[in-house]
Amino acid sequence: MTGRGAMMRNSFRLLRTQAFRIVLVYVLLFAFSVSALLFFTYWNTRRTIDDETDQIIEAEITGLNEQYVRLGIRGLDESVMNRSLHPGQALYILADSAHRYLAGDLDTWPSITPDPSNFVEFDYERRTSGVPETRRARGRIFPIQTPVGDYYLLVAEDVHDRDITQRMFTTTLPWTVALILVFGLLGGALMSRNMLRRLDSINRTSGEIVAGNLTRRVPVSGAHDEFDVLAENLNRMLDRIERLMKGLREVTDSVAHDLRTPLNRLRQRLEQQQGRLQSAGSDTSDIERAIAETDQLIGTFNALLLIAETDAGTARGAMSPLDLASVAADVSELYEPLADEKNVTLTLIRPSGVHSGETMIEGNRSLISQALVNLVDNAIKYTPPGGRVTIRPGLSFQGVDISVADSGPGIPPEERPRVVERFVRLEASRHSPGTGLGLALVQSVAHFHNAELLLEDNAPGLKATLRFPRPAARLMPTADPVKAAQIPSRSAAE
Amino acid sequence: MRILVVEDDLEAQRYLVQGLKESGHVVDDAADGDLGLSLALSRPYDVAIIDRMLPKMDGLGVVAEMREHGNTTPVLFLSALSEVDDRVKGLKAGGDDYLTKPYAFVELLARVDALMRRRSPVTVKTQLSVGDLHLDLLTRAAKRGDQAIDLQPREFRLLEYLMRHAGQVVTRTMLLESVWEYHFDPQTNVIDVHISRLRAKIDKGFDTPLLHTIRGAGYMIRAR
Repeated sequence: MTGRGAMMRNSFRLLRTQAFRIVLVYVLLFAFSVSALLFFTYWNTRRTIDDETDQIIEAEITGLNEQYVRLGIRGLDESVMNRSLHPGQALYILADSAHRYLAGDLDTWPSITPDPSNFVEFDYERRTSGVPETRRARGRIFPIQTPVGDYYLLVAEDVHDRDITQRMFTTTLPWTVALILVFGLLGGALMSRNMLRRLDSINRTSGEIVAGNLTRRVPVSGAHDEFDVLAENLNRMLDRIERLMKGLREVTDSVAHDLRTPLNRLRQRLEQQQGRLQSAGSDTSDIERAIAETDQLIGTFNALLLIAETDAGTARGAMSPLDLASVAADVSELYEPLADEKNVTLTLIRPSGVHSGETMIEGNRSLISQALVNLVDNAIKYTPPGGRVTIRPGLSFQGVDISVADSGPGIPPEERPRVVERFVRLEASRHSPGTGLGLALVQSVAHFHNAELLLEDNAPGLKATLRFPRPAARLMPTADPVKAAQIPSRSAAE
Repeated sequence: MRILVVEDDLEAQRYLVQGLKESGHVVDDAADGDLGLSLALSRPYDVAIIDRMLPKMDGLGVVAEMREHGNTTPVLFLSALSEVDDRVKGLKAGGDDYLTKPYAFVELLARVDALMRRRSPVTVKTQLSVGDLHLDLLTRAAKRGDQAIDLQPREFRLLEYLMRHAGQVVTRTMLLESVWEYHFDPQTNVIDVHISRLRAKIDKGFDTPLLHTIRGAGYMIRAR
């Protein structure tokens, strides 16, 4: 696995966290409201400024109009000249019908649509300390009709400052939003990374505990935050579970010991008796039957104990990466001669289009082999001569599967949930040898591995499938050829 | 051969000691871990049979101490504990084989014999021969007389194990453990079918059978 690939996967994980999603939503909402606020302020400011400007212009026009009414065009001309002498915000130009300059501080008539009913905006040139500068102005045209001809008066206000304010807003807005997004997302990433780290340590610990290491505890950071409270609660729970498991283990151990010791003596006495009868030349068939019964009893007891231990999850420490396809191949190889002798065709179907590493899971090889042996043993036992049994390891959408299908009588659908219980034997099989614990063990091995045991109709026959969850990505060896090459040799060495 | 038996269940101990003596072994016994350890360290034994649970000192502790003192006597653990990971613990502590109670005496005897054989100086063999049956471990070829025998990989391993223990009883469980690496007994006796297949390959058409069934115990390969 390359470092970059791992890094990318990590950042993808970060983006998928709940914390990051919450932060993302808040950051977007915040950015939106800040934009809205800034936009509203900008719009309001501009409107206020424009209103003020317009009022000033109206007042100027009213004043000049009074001059014109009182003194005629000449008086107006003079007033404009006078007012133009004092440089300021106000701008004037009086022009004739051809828009030629007559008076005012604007040198030329600006190129604007001559619409007297509205305020207009235009650019004009002004020299400030000798340097020409293009500035913006807002004004209104006032047409004057005289018998001598038409005149035009333009009264305007310089709005350069308003434009600067406007520019300030338009440049600030995207920057503000960008900064909010950057800091927000950065903060979100930090927050979710921190949360992920805490959660990861909890997840790692629980993973190890599920895998069987009951001594592990969730680390407590000492910050006394909600994660610490969670960790402490989990740890208290784990202490309790560990105590219970230890107790259970002691119970199974002492049950095992207290039952095996007398069983051992019983078997030894029978053997002794058998030896004596043999040397005396007597018939030993009764003793032999008694020994066989004892062995059957021992077998049932061992199977029960194994189921109890597997169910309790105390059979720990033996988990390793293993290839289901190779487990299947081994069991198939073990049973092939037996099937052959019974005239049953035992076939191992190798998964097509599946790479050798893809049927890898993390599991207890001995338990899985035993479960598969039980399934294959049953299948051969119940398949009539001439029938067929098929072992098929492979991948399904839901996980890594291994199925054993036979062409025997099958199990009626309503009986299927019952047959995995301990000591349940169907009427049809009551007279064939067996403990009634075979499928129960398969079921507990499945539970032990978080796997599922599916019993389906093979039409005709039974199809039993063990469906294991797909292992976490780190177990998939396809990404690392070196590791992939090492795994089979490691499991073979065990 | 000298055998040490450390077992606290006195009845089981008596039976075990008697059986081993009848099989021609010299046997010392101890009923607790302390005595067992001092015997193991003070006298040379060919095999030590040690119970997992002992008073004074646990069986695992005894073996760990023995190995600490450089004692390499092969150890067979007997255990009445539940077996799922007890076997692993026993082998880790320095045990060489592991047998769960209740056991058949023939099973124990076969394993003790195998452990004793293991003690004899190991020379790296490239050829195994029993009578006119030859197994070349390098070329993986089998031959009886002049006739080549075609073996599947697992059949080869099975025959190799039997021939390495030529003249000794090999039980079905021992074959399952060492040839198939399964530490559990399948309900049906699958090993018998494998043996009869192998027998068909190596004995069929020859006057003297080499692969023998030892009734109630297992199998043995021998020249006569």
